Amino acid sequence: MTRYVLRRAGQGVFVLWAAFTVAFFVLYLLPSDPAALVASGGGEVSQVDPAQLAALRAEYGLDRPILVQYGDALLSALRGDFGDSYVSGASAASMVAQALPETLKLTGAALLVAVVGGTAVAVASVFPRARFLRQALSALPPLGVALPTFFVGLVLLQWFSFRLPVFPAIGNEGAISLVLPTITLAVPAGAQLAQILSRSLRGTLGEPYVSTAWAKGASRTRVHLAHALRNAAIPAFTVLGVIVGGLLGGAVVTETVFSRVGLGRLTVQSVNQQDVPVVLAIVVFSALVFVVVTLVVDLVYPLLDPRIQLRAPRAASRRATSRTQRPTAVTA
Amino acid sequence: MTTTPRAPRTQDLGRTLRRPAVGLAATAAAAALLLSACSTGADAAGTGASADAEPVAGGDLSFAITVDSHCIDPQQVGNNDAIAAARQTVASLTAQDPESGEILPWLAESWDVNDDASSYTFHLRDGATFADGTPIDAAAVKTNFDAIVDLGAVASLGSQYLVGYAGTTVVDEHTVTVDFDEPSAQFLQATSTFSLGLLSPDSAKLSAEDRCAGKYVGSGPFAVKSYTQDQEIVLEKVKGYSWGSEANAHTGEAYLDTVTFKVVPEASVRTGSLQSGQIDATAALNAVDLPQFDGNGFWLQYRANPGVVFNLFPNESSPLAADEAVRTAIVKGIDRQQIVDTVLTPQDEPATGVLSHSTPLFEDAGDLLAYDPEGAKKILDDAGWTEGADGIREKDGQKLTTTVTFWQVPEPLELVQQQLRQIGVDLQLKHVTVAESEAAKESGDFDFDYYNLTRSDADVLRTIFSANARNINQRDPEKVDQLLDESAAATDADERKKLVTEASALLIERGHAIPVYELSTTIAAADRVQGLTFEASSRLDFYDAWVTDGAGE
Repeated sequence: MTRYVLRRAGQGVFVLWAAFTVAFFVLYLLPSDPAALVASGGGEVSQVDPAQLAALRAEYGLDRPILVQYGDALLSALRGDFGDSYVSGASAASMVAQALPETLKLTGAALLVAVVGGTAVAVASVFPRARFLRQALSALPPLGVALPTFFVGLVLLQWFSFRLPVFPAIGNEGAISLVLPTITLAVPAGAQLAQILSRSLRGTLGEPYVSTAWAKGASRTRVHLAHALRNAAIPAFTVLGVIVGGLLGGAVVTETVFSRVGLGRLTVQSVNQQDVPVVLAIVVFSALVFVVVTLVVDLVYPLLDPRIQLRAPRAASRRATSRTQRPTAVTA
Repeated sequence: MTTTPRAPRTQDLGRTLRRPAVGLAATAAAAALLLSACSTGADAAGTGASADAEPVAGGDLSFAITVDSHCIDPQQVGNNDAIAAARQTVASLTAQDPESGEILPWLAESWDVNDDASSYTFHLRDGATFADGTPIDAAAVKTNFDAIVDLGAVASLGSQYLVGYAGTTVVDEHTVTVDFDEPSAQFLQATSTFSLGLLSPDSAKLSAEDRCAGKYVGSGPFAVKSYTQDQEIVLEKVKGYSWGSEANAHTGEAYLDTVTFKVVPEASVRTGSLQSGQIDATAALNAVDLPQFDGNGFWLQYRANPGVVFNLFPNESSPLAADEAVRTAIVKGIDRQQIVDTVLTPQDEPATGVLSHSTPLFEDAGDLLAYDPEGAKKILDDAGWTEGADGIREKDGQKLTTTVTFWQVPEPLELVQQQLRQIGVDLQLKHVTVAESEAAKESGDFDFDYYNLTRSDADVLRTIFSANARNINQRDPEKVDQLLDESAAATDADERKKLVTEASALLIERGHAIPVYELSTTIAAADRVQGLTFEASSRLDFYDAWVTDGAGE
């Protein structure tokens, strides 16, 4: 177990390095010059003095060879220092740290709503005896997945903020400002979860052990919730790791539509301004979230299904679970 | 420069109520009731013309902006939204009259300019202070200008205004002289801008980061109360401020207690928030949404931005744009009125010169910009460009296909593309991001560039076009550069106007500039907001603004 965690941590470090490196070179390869962008003051400037521009490039260290810049940035990043924002001069790491709490609130709330709502819809789509009801409920998740976040947000705003002034349309003030953004962000995540879970539930309900449960006289509720749901949850749980990452991405759109502060907005603004240090800090942070979440998901499998064992040697754990539900077999 | 603030009339209300949008109608009705209550309470002559009412102090105003550029230091910012907030926090040496363009006293009571516009002496007024009470004296002016030069390219606008800066001399406590190595007639107007607005000497010592975060002490009628990145900038009024300029309607403290600039990136959300009363005003609505705010409890005010209008700028080091026949044919081949009528708003106006009509020293050159497709075809025929099978002209096997690189809204250029097609010119549109367009500008890798530039001084023409300055055309010096460079040294307004007018005409005749239309800024506000207006550079001015329900707080 310890060896497994260590090995996974090693892989995680590789992923972080790769994310940093790819992001660094992609930003470097962009045709524009961050210093010129700062000096252009948002396109309002007619004439930039080349000497001043050169001084600015030197100040940012952009005049050094690319590999020197890369090595320097990597070494600093290892110490948690991503440099200072070109635009505001504040440290990039502190800007991410400042934006993070609001995004955590939003994604945390959305994850909760998505899990509860998604599970409820999934169970409800297999539980009722009436066939038409099951079919109608099964149609909900694909609909939720298909609706663009942007559209859901604007429709909610139109109805519950502009027409009926119930919720504020803009800002981060108070829990009430979280309601509409949370729903907006939770819809696609919950729908994705419900889709996987209801399919898996339908499969599980055909398993022999469920027939056994029926035969032993278990109630409809007990068969569904106690016997089937637990096993059916494993593939859904696998997707959860991806969904958490998706929520971070979805925060970009949601925070923009609802004018909320957060990591998503910081991302958009920093990319537009080509504020390289801030973008790098965000990329590494997002990669870190992915690494941690997938590791946690893998560590939790054995708790859900005792047949799953985590072992370090290659593919051993896969083989061990191959006759049962393979967690890695299901992808979104 | 038209203003249309209007109180809602009964027929407006009736029309609104018939709409199916219940929420909107209710809001409008509520606003109307509120307002009628206010105007009966006030001592206005009963006509409800609240624009004429006596301003009351107190109250708060929220204003939506589109983006937070992560910096609100007036000496560093260049983005319109950041400027809207930063402008209110600093006073400048001079002010500019929005109507006449005349430079008026503000922190400086008077000034002397030497004959070739290379030395300026300002006589400061007595008693003016920074927001923390430090007196605004000659030494503070010197500290500021020196600091802006030290900031270099980060002070994107200010450092341009101080090109050729030789130094500032403190003559006595209230007299200060600014010297330049070369003539700089634009400097006087530059002293009226926020970029050269004064911060306290202590603020000059702050790091760029702290200044960006709004920790500076300014000299304007408002001070930064709080700034939350990507969310809002809150300004509060400075107590004891009593040196408003003649360009404004009053001189005492600002009326509003606070102004909150809320960052709302989505245009439709700004519209809905204004409609539902969650914000009071904005200057960033989509054109299609504007008509619903003309009346119905709201008002619109618009103004053409002074400076260089939206132009196609030929890069004359590229083979096609080097051909004068092609350039002048394009000037004649654009139907500017049609662009305004079909893809823009009633607030926009076709270009009648390289400069917009709200720029000081502007002279109408509309006859040079008349739509003349036949004339354009003739120019191209004479130059040997003959129509090919697909309608595109060609010469020596080369097609008349060229490209414009830009990031702005594409609709006007899409129409230009269709219009030029009629004269056999194939204009390809390359719509890129701001960053990419900056990169293209820098590398000179474009046929035609396209943008506008806001500046309430005709010198903007020289900085863009002169072969000795930016040289946007990448061309060799010619007669027009002489005129432009002379205009930088002209202190006499009439002489300067003559030089600028002649230069503008030459730029159009030679096809160095291809003006298209004038950018305008439109304020949309609820009727509770009064007195919110534009300063000479079409930046927002909140100093005279007040809210009808502000009294009694």
